[in-house]
Amino acid sequence: MAGIASFAAYIPRWRLPLAAIAGGGREVREGGPEKAVAYFDEDSATMAVAAAVNCLAGFDRARVDGLLFASTTYPYKEKQGASLIAKALDLRRDLWTADLGGSLRAGTGALRAALDAVRAGSAANVLVVASDCRLGAPRSALERNFADGAAALLVSGEDVAAEAQASHAISDEVIDLWRTDDDPFVHSWEDRFVVERYQESLAQAVRGLLEKTGSRPADFARCAVYAPDARSHKRALGSLGFDPASGVQDALFGRLGNAGAAFSLLLFAAALEEASPGERLLLASYGDGADAFAFETGERILKLRDKRGVKWHLARRKPLLDYDKYLRTRNLQATEFDRREGGGVSATVHFRDRDEDVSFRGHRCRRCGTLQFPYQRVCYRCFAKDEFESVRLSDRTGKVMSYTFDYFAGSPDPPLIVSMIETEGGCRVQLQMTDADPKEVKLDLPVEFAFRKIHEAGGTPNYFWKCTPVR
Amino acid sequence: MKDAIRDKVAIVGAGCSQFGENWDKAPEDMIVEAAYEAYEDAGIDDPQARIEAVFCGALYPSRGSAEVAESLKLFDRPVSLVQNYCATGTDAFRYGVFSVACGLYDTVLVVGFDKPKDRGVSGPSAAQTGVRGLPMTPAGWFSLCAARYFETFGAGREDLARIAVKNHHNGTLAPKSMLKREITVDDVLKARIISWPFGLYDCAAQSDGAAAAILTRRELAGSFRDDPVLVRAVSIALAPNPQSDPDFDFLRWKPTIYAARQAYEQAGISKPFEEIDVAQVHDCFTLTELLSYEDLGFCEKGSAKEHIASGTFELKGELPVNTDGGLKTFGHPTGATGVRMIYENYKQLQGKADQRQVEGATVALSHNIGGAPQACGIAILATP
Repeated sequence: MAGIASFAAYIPRWRLPLAAIAGGGREVREGGPEKAVAYFDEDSATMAVAAAVNCLAGFDRARVDGLLFASTTYPYKEKQGASLIAKALDLRRDLWTADLGGSLRAGTGALRAALDAVRAGSAANVLVVASDCRLGAPRSALERNFADGAAALLVSGEDVAAEAQASHAISDEVIDLWRTDDDPFVHSWEDRFVVERYQESLAQAVRGLLEKTGSRPADFARCAVYAPDARSHKRALGSLGFDPASGVQDALFGRLGNAGAAFSLLLFAAALEEASPGERLLLASYGDGADAFAFETGERILKLRDKRGVKWHLARRKPLLDYDKYLRTRNLQATEFDRREGGGVSATVHFRDRDEDVSFRGHRCRRCGTLQFPYQRVCYRCFAKDEFESVRLSDRTGKVMSYTFDYFAGSPDPPLIVSMIETEGGCRVQLQMTDADPKEVKLDLPVEFAFRKIHEAGGTPNYFWKCTPVR
Repeated sequence: MKDAIRDKVAIVGAGCSQFGENWDKAPEDMIVEAAYEAYEDAGIDDPQARIEAVFCGALYPSRGSAEVAESLKLFDRPVSLVQNYCATGTDAFRYGVFSVACGLYDTVLVVGFDKPKDRGVSGPSAAQTGVRGLPMTPAGWFSLCAARYFETFGAGREDLARIAVKNHHNGTLAPKSMLKREITVDDVLKARIISWPFGLYDCAAQSDGAAAAILTRRELAGSFRDDPVLVRAVSIALAPNPQSDPDFDFLRWKPTIYAARQAYEQAGISKPFEEIDVAQVHDCFTLTELLSYEDLGFCEKGSAKEHIASGTFELKGELPVNTDGGLKTFGHPTGATGVRMIYENYKQLQGKADQRQVEGATVALSHNIGGAPQACGIAILATP
């Protein structure tokens, strides 16, 4: 037996109205269709961490023994994303980590692998995280279609809230959407070709699943299904015999957008957060073929209602009316000083400091109890030498002790809010604040912590933590 | 012994180059300008024979101690480079004082210099070598106390603005300052924000400059001049990085408090406001000067704004601060600043400060604070 023990989402706050992309000098107002876009300090890895943190809330992280990371947009071609995410989550080192990429089906591919591993007994609690940050060329139809986001599922044999019953996979060799190593933007063939290939593979996968399980569309209370756009979503499901009016999870076009490898899992999370016990759920994704899964919820699904899922994130939005700002955050607008210039961070420094920088761990003096950051050999307060124990700070809250608004340091979205934070337990840390407006910053403001990209010096993403107002 | 150096060492000559964007001057030019003014002031016409040791202060020297040795042709003797963030100049002076007080050398030269404008400041700041503690914006570091200080004591940008106005005014009276321009409170409040609450006029600019001082033992001072100035105290103190200090209260800078305690102990001062006649205080940012009034013990914590409003620290006030216009109008060539302050105090105590003169000044204090900030240097000079 294997299934979903927990789930969560991460959708960035910024919402870019599709009207802003169209341009043409029209005034852009809120209220029309929009898409979620990552902030300048976010990427596939940071969003994956955020979704995983949300998913693991209340779960003993030491029990996670596998992490599969699915993305088509992870910045490195060689340097594993799963190990980075695992370190940011402060997971143990004896952990099965792997990246899946290359296809929009990577998310469900990871899910399949996790379920099989748990069933086979080669892992007990596998975190599946899918995250994508795809680029369509500026002002193109793909740019209007794509969105940024992440979803996380904890696959386990224990405390299962939705049991996996069966799956069926179809492979297809087709170049309908593609992106090579040298392309910053995804390319697409004609819309109708893309839609037809989608419908064909999806139908085969779903019909195969129905046959395998001896079920009919009406048996499924909810279905979460990838689609390239809203219309083909409705038509594909309609032609398979699913009633779009009942049980079909809204594909959220116009509110979220096509979130790539994370899309089907985000829609699945959206379905799970509304599900009651005893419901059968269909999950299907598409990309070079299609995957279809059948799940059945149990009583425990009700215990997961408080997760930060799709609804929680969709409610937290910040309109981005300035299309130029969006372009700047994606390095798509030439500037005098490229953020990627410079020698970058030393690999040895990164290695030595990874407990602080990636896991955001501090240290408590065993003699006087003072929490300190970063690593010290001698205690600030009682001067005890080497009497420290390592302590996780990333999952605490904190409060603002002081702040400034830096208009001088380069930023695509000035000012940089820089704050002095005191964590629960009294640890003082200087952190940038993100996803915040200067107007809401004040002394003693409660904050939580987020794994973000601090800079891109040397052409690589360099990560650390920032704080965000608790919402 | 706390008073081991008190009044044992005298300044018998001092010099200061023009401070500014000295595009057409090499470090050598500024070092020679400052040192030779000091030689002339001390009546030394054969420095290569007379100067026995050199202490240089520079935070960005391109050639280290050799910069000074080559410029002044001072070889076959110790030439040391001292660095301690913005307290560099004061710390180099401190080593000069020790070397004379111990009797090893009779005549010692101290030179502070820096040429930050050669590095160029039109782009983003230095290489990102890590991911923590960013951005590296000094205005951000020094603004750390603002939010909590403002809220706790009801102070605001207007109080800071008055400090900028005061220093701009004083700078118009100092021949070697970079900026000679009166400004208004309104100018300050309307300027673009660098790092809140600091606008353009709340921040001292970087500039190029050099300053020098010649030290000897008190008993030998009479052979140089009738009006030597005595070194009453020199202190340096480091405090924890305020960004990690578990006990930082965001209302004061600990380095200043620590260095002041040391300096007052050395000098035997118990009532700084009454006993000090003139002070040069590190106004890298306006708030730094404001906090220093309190942290140096000139007034109670939280009361600075009242004194700012009543003019206590203006040129005609009870305790004039930054009589030459401070970092605000001289700019901040880091290594030179501490020595430039000593130059101004030296002139004040000799009665040679022209229109900036504080009448009857007999005790003068100079103060530098820098880094996160973590390092502070204080020197107290006095008439014999």
